[in-house]
Amino acid sequence: MKGIHHKVLLFAMGMAVLLCASFAQAQEKALILATTTSTQDSGLLDVLIPVFEKKTGYFVKTIAVGSGQAMTMGQKGEADVLLVHSPAAEKKFVEEGYGVNRRLVMHNDFIIAGPAEDPAQIRGMKSALEAMKKIASAKGLFVSRGDNSGTHAKEKSIWKQANLKYEGEKWYQETGAGMGQTLNVAAEKKGYTLTDRATYLALKKNLKLDILVEGDAILLNIYHVIEVNPAKWKKVNAKGAKAFADFMVSKETQDIIKTFGVDKFGAPLFFPDAGKKVEELGK
Amino acid sequence: MSGSAPVLEARNLLVVRGGTRVLNIPSLVVSEGEFLALIGPNGAGKTTLLQALSSLLPYKGEILFRGQKIGATLPVLQYRRKLAMVLQEPLLFNTTVYNNVASGLKIRDVNKKDASRIIMRTLDRFGITDLKDRAARTLSGGEARKVSLARAIATSPEFLFLDEPFSGLDPVIREALIEDLEQVIKETRISTLFVTHDREEALRLSTRLGAMQSGEILQIGSPHEVMHHPVKESVASLVGIETILRGEVVRKSRGSSVVSVAGKEIEVEGEWNPGERVLLCIRAENVGLRPSGTGDPAGETNSFPARIEKIVPLWLYRKVFLDCGFPLVAYVMDKDPTAMLLEEGMEVRASVSKIHVIGDSSG
Amino acid sequence: MDLIFEGIKKAFVLLVTLDPEVMGVTFLSLKVSVTATLISLVLGVSVGVALALARFPGRRVLVSLINTGMALPPVVVGLFVTIFLWRNGPFGFLGILYTPLAMIIAQAVIATPIVMGISLAAVQQLPEKLQLQILALGATRLQMVWILVKEARLSLLAAVMAGFGGVISEVGASMMVGGNIKGYSRVLTTATVMETGRGNFDVAIALSIILLLLAYLITLALTQVQQKERPR
Repeated sequence: MKGIHHKVLLFAMGMAVLLCASFAQAQEKALILATTTSTQDSGLLDVLIPVFEKKTGYFVKTIAVGSGQAMTMGQKGEADVLLVHSPAAEKKFVEEGYGVNRRLVMHNDFIIAGPAEDPAQIRGMKSALEAMKKIASAKGLFVSRGDNSGTHAKEKSIWKQANLKYEGEKWYQETGAGMGQTLNVAAEKKGYTLTDRATYLALKKNLKLDILVEGDAILLNIYHVIEVNPAKWKKVNAKGAKAFADFMVSKETQDIIKTFGVDKFGAPLFFPDAGKKVEELGK
Repeated sequence: MSGSAPVLEARNLLVVRGGTRVLNIPSLVVSEGEFLALIGPNGAGKTTLLQALSSLLPYKGEILFRGQKIGATLPVLQYRRKLAMVLQEPLLFNTTVYNNVASGLKIRDVNKKDASRIIMRTLDRFGITDLKDRAARTLSGGEARKVSLARAIATSPEFLFLDEPFSGLDPVIREALIEDLEQVIKETRISTLFVTHDREEALRLSTRLGAMQSGEILQIGSPHEVMHHPVKESVASLVGIETILRGEVVRKSRGSSVVSVAGKEIEVEGEWNPGERVLLCIRAENVGLRPSGTGDPAGETNSFPARIEKIVPLWLYRKVFLDCGFPLVAYVMDKDPTAMLLEEGMEVRASVSKIHVIGDSSG
Repeated sequence: MDLIFEGIKKAFVLLVTLDPEVMGVTFLSLKVSVTATLISLVLGVSVGVALALARFPGRRVLVSLINTGMALPPVVVGLFVTIFLWRNGPFGFLGILYTPLAMIIAQAVIATPIVMGISLAAVQQLPEKLQLQILALGATRLQMVWILVKEARLSLLAAVMAGFGGVISEVGASMMVGGNIKGYSRVLTTATVMETGRGNFDVAIALSIILLLLAYLITLALTQVQQKERPR
């Protein structure tokens, strides 16, 4: 009796150890990519990452969080490379020495989506600023992500530029959630929201929201790849980071980006911009 | 029985709990094949004694088993495996009766085949073979006690500790269980230490009787000796002596003395010095009653007029409380013709035989 | 309501076609949570039983700490494990952040106090004199502990089920320390949150159904073991 039960105990422990061991992975070829949830949700990375991994043998750990958190991870050296779309914050990031080799990769755009009835009557307006002003004054419901993501940052910058008060206003609601969920909430409540085109297109089928304002330069969503500064953090996988960044701006990758989404949505979700200057975009 | 080798011996056994001595046994010896019963009230330390003797409690002093000191030449675990203990509650395991009886054997790593043989034989001994696959949880009180006993006996112990194993059972079950135990002990001749507060059990099963109180053994000897010749007042009450009288010796003659109790004179055996204070112990069964007016008062020693204060009918006999100037208790058997005549308030004649005298050292 | 039907349909399809991504996510959920539960079983039962039988100064403080641990918010565990496992944190040199191993560690931290607390109560509930009787039967301390464990098996198995239930359904810590990396550290719970966030409610419901099925099957198996040994 004693023997058998000792064996059972040993077996349980052995199982646990084995299982744990099966999870241990060689970490030198691992790379932590911090990016945003909307980037991940677009599905672009699901296509690009495997190509990169196959080519270089690196194992990429894509951590999708809000832009704010992604950059904080970079600041703390907990990520090796960032793929984000918050230009103002990015510039500060590089200026403060946390990032190097900030390179333009691609852009997509934001649109203002809203209910078909369009109570604030912004459909077709050319200026996003004016449209947002109209939503505020008409007190039409505006649903924001409110999660410090790139989208949220863009939205805040528009409010700021238009000099509009939105915090705490009754017509302004924050979900603190991702783009997809925020869109659903906006549709449910027949409100307006700022969204990236990619997520909107992906959910359009079941969503009762229309594109009301698009094309304004201010609505451009610009993606840069930034390598975390190895001088600040020794543990950063600098080689891997550079390899990934180089990969993102390479011709093959840019070609993939150009055609991504066409078969599914009839239109590309992103526009490759490697090598260009920011000022040229959207023209 | 006496003269056989000592099996279990305790010397200067002390157990202290919270600063008080709960057990103080200068010496205790149990001989081979002996059945020692210890009676005492609750809190006397009987259970503590049992637990100390089986080394389940920390204690001071020495315990020797067959001459070997426990903890020294005889390791505690080995010692424990030579004994068996049955506690007040059956404390069976949540499994079948068979597995319960097997537990002692499993602990000793006895192989399955031998164990099976032993278990079946033990079950048969206690007449519970048909219960073997029953869940212990579903057993009645008496059945559970049997299994508990069987579990203890199955390991063929050299010494058996029993802590009030028959308490709380209904009479029929109790009787059957006592019979089974008697049988087993007769066959196996295990030395036993049996603790109870039931005098009847103690008398019936024991070859030696001890009286315990407040952690000490007051008297130990043959059952007859302790029951009829207690050496202290406390032992007297423990062994069920109903009448204990305080008196003073007034005269002494050859082989006997006269003691004055509440103005009455009582003659006792033995020579005691006049002026000595003594305690007279009178067992209720040694008091005879007959209605007043019959017999010759002058010629009889220890015959007193008495008034019946109270009659309590019990099983097979009546307990009669008398006032003779001093309190006296008598047992009158139901089959005794006098029994029918007695009534409360009646005047009768009480005659006392067999009075046991203890010196009274109390102030 | 149609959403739920859609979800059920989707779940059925995904399972029947053995959709590789869903299978992968399901197996990982199973591996991570089972491993964590095993660890919590070994640690939780051993310490719980030991504490139930021991007496020493400060024991009560320790017991209340464990009882508090049962109510530990998983998200808090996730946060602290993350901080510990950060590259520049005390255990950063292990390099195990954003791996299933980190998830196992976090889940084990969540489950262990649960198993420990319930085991402690289970053994303390046994009759006081039982320990004495077992020793009187000639058991060694180890044998005694084993017999007590067997006596308390109903409650101990409930403890394991509680521990397992706590971690298979856990999402906050798993998300934080695992990173929800596709094909690597993505489990049923984190995938469900992600799909919900994306607005793919049918997929989210499908994953939830699979998760419920998984939890039910495992608990069913454990319940069988728990109830099996009740002798007629």
